[in-house]
Amino acid sequence: MLQTLQDQFLGSTIGGLVLGSIYALVALGYTMVYGVLRLINFAHSEIFMIGTMTSLFILASIATSGHIVLGLGAMILLLLALMLASALLSGGSAVVLEQVAYRPLRKRGSSKLAALISAIGASIFLQELFALVIIPNVFGKSGRVPQNAPRFVDRDTLFPVGNAVVRTDQVLVIIGAVIVMVVLDQLVRRTRIGRGIRATAQDPEAAVLMGVSIDRIVRITFLLGGAMAGVASALYLMELENTGYRVGFVLGIKAFTAAVLGGIGNLRGALLGGIVLGLVENWSAIFLGSEWKDVTAFVVLVLVLMFRPTGILGESLQRARA
Amino acid sequence: MKGDGVTTQENTRRSFQPVNGARDWWQHAPMWQRYLLYIALIVFALILPAPWIGSFMSPASDWTSVLIFPIGTYILLAIGLNIVVGLAGMLDLGFVAFFAIGAYTVAIFGTKFGWNVWPTILVGIVLAAVSGVILGAPTLRLRGDYLAIVTLGFGEIVRITANNTNSIGGARGITNIPHPSPIFGMEFLLDPAPYYYLILVAIVLVIVFSVRLQKSRVGRAWAAIREDEDAAELMGVPTFKFKLLAFAIGAMIGGFAGGIYASKAVFIAPDNFPFILSATILAAVVLGGAGNLPGVILGAFLVAWIPERLRSVEWLRHLLGDKDPAEYRILLFGAVLVLMMALRPEGILPSRQRKAELREGTGGMGSLGGEVAGPDTEVAAEVAK
Repeated sequence: MLQTLQDQFLGSTIGGLVLGSIYALVALGYTMVYGVLRLINFAHSEIFMIGTMTSLFILASIATSGHIVLGLGAMILLLLALMLASALLSGGSAVVLEQVAYRPLRKRGSSKLAALISAIGASIFLQELFALVIIPNVFGKSGRVPQNAPRFVDRDTLFPVGNAVVRTDQVLVIIGAVIVMVVLDQLVRRTRIGRGIRATAQDPEAAVLMGVSIDRIVRITFLLGGAMAGVASALYLMELENTGYRVGFVLGIKAFTAAVLGGIGNLRGALLGGIVLGLVENWSAIFLGSEWKDVTAFVVLVLVLMFRPTGILGESLQRARA
Repeated sequence: MKGDGVTTQENTRRSFQPVNGARDWWQHAPMWQRYLLYIALIVFALILPAPWIGSFMSPASDWTSVLIFPIGTYILLAIGLNIVVGLAGMLDLGFVAFFAIGAYTVAIFGTKFGWNVWPTILVGIVLAAVSGVILGAPTLRLRGDYLAIVTLGFGEIVRITANNTNSIGGARGITNIPHPSPIFGMEFLLDPAPYYYLILVAIVLVIVFSVRLQKSRVGRAWAAIREDEDAAELMGVPTFKFKLLAFAIGAMIGGFAGGIYASKAVFIAPDNFPFILSATILAAVVLGGAGNLPGVILGAFLVAWIPERLRSVEWLRHLLGDKDPAEYRILLFGAVLVLMMALRPEGILPSRQRKAELREGTGGMGSLGGEVAGPDTEVAAEVAK
């Protein structure tokens, strides 16, 4: 056992960091919406799914075989294009989702239960819409089977670390995720929009009195959260190379776990939570086998909520200093 | 509460005048009238599998089978979940776990040890209750959304564990689950009719049980917890104990439904217990009107029946270009949920108490609508102790 641990530890850690960055990006959407509206955006996982489909569509339309050969510059450019396109479509879908599924309820002051049911309904609707209508029409395949994406980043060793190796694709995922997260963090901390978001999270009524348009802030929050899921989806598709109509379900729950783990409503907490979850999951797979990874994630969720429901960092979006 | 007449709410009230009238009548009806109605309902339930009803209700598939699953099973599950969500006000997204535990108990004891189905159903109920306590004891201090996510996680843990454990069939599931042995001269084999009567008896038992509970001291404690947990605690209600009780009783009913389901289905696999089933049952409860038993039963019936009925709607088939409308039923279900919550979030037949709360603007679900413990609330300090 100890020997396996020694052999696999570094490799698992690198894999965990990669997975964790993707969880962290998706977790940002949950954490922002929760911070502002006190609502778990249950359909956020489908926003992620829409992003993977966007990336897949672009890749599939330029690929002639299962492998796109590119130089390093063109490769990064393509990745940027995928991230941008997915972010736009995911962000847009998130705004539409808010408009259709949440705004009417918010205007009526309905209970949280109603909002949750509405979110579950929207989630089911989007999954089935893709499985039955969009995937068959766009990709010409059955929507219920996983769709493979062409490879455009080589799985070559960039540099060795101990007995493990770091690959180009892994570095790209981590760098991409970190840059986007830093940009978002600065946006929320330094800009006017960010101040509006923080004010709304802190006290919606006082924010209205101070001239903040809640509807606009909520829309921007959904847009930003959706865009983060879009970026995550492009990186996910590059790294794991397949998607399907249900890709978001388990990933969404794990990202939410990451958000809770770091302290929901806290952007930096989401980053930390994502990385921690990715690492714990991969390390547990060494001992238990990878089929138990999902169970580990849920057990971590239960334990965190039991002992520290405010998460590791605890500080929330409401209290983030200017 | 008078004179707060916001027009939309006035309209809702007026449009449901017949329902209110019926309720007023029911409250003042003498005993013999009530029993007459009970008898009429039971007679109606007994003749329900008749082919002439089935030919309208379910032209595409066998009506009696549809009455057992999904309709009967969903109603049973919804009554169980209503105790947790509607009466005690806890949000449970992993209810399917208890259904699975009941079903797996019957399957394992029946196939591995050759037990008779009847005692295994009882064992399933007990095991479901025990797992309800095991899950509830550490997590029920959480509220609202957090509780929902933890229970969702529990449901997934149960499903994935069943999927990965080869000694209970793994992903292939368990086959050849024995049918129940004959009871009162009824043979349980391929004919669905005896199972229908079995599930009918189960529903009636669970309804009686649920109503008695709701009217007892326990039910009042649940109502107090649902409306304001902190206030209830301060008034001397041992909230944790009662929440755990509600969770365990809900789990028992879920396990009961699972046991009946497994003995009818003969074959079960982890795929029979997906998250979507939890969501569907929760939707049935909310759609019908959480906390109001007739509403919950109506909700479960509609959620189970409408997709079955859509299988055989000819114009829908033409509209979809000869694709099977059954494929689109989940899509429609999702859309209906969103629409329903936007138009009538309190459900089709809301309980009067909840409707009054909604009118007061408190969100109407007590602790479900309340704030989740944030970093700067006293609740957080309590939890941290």
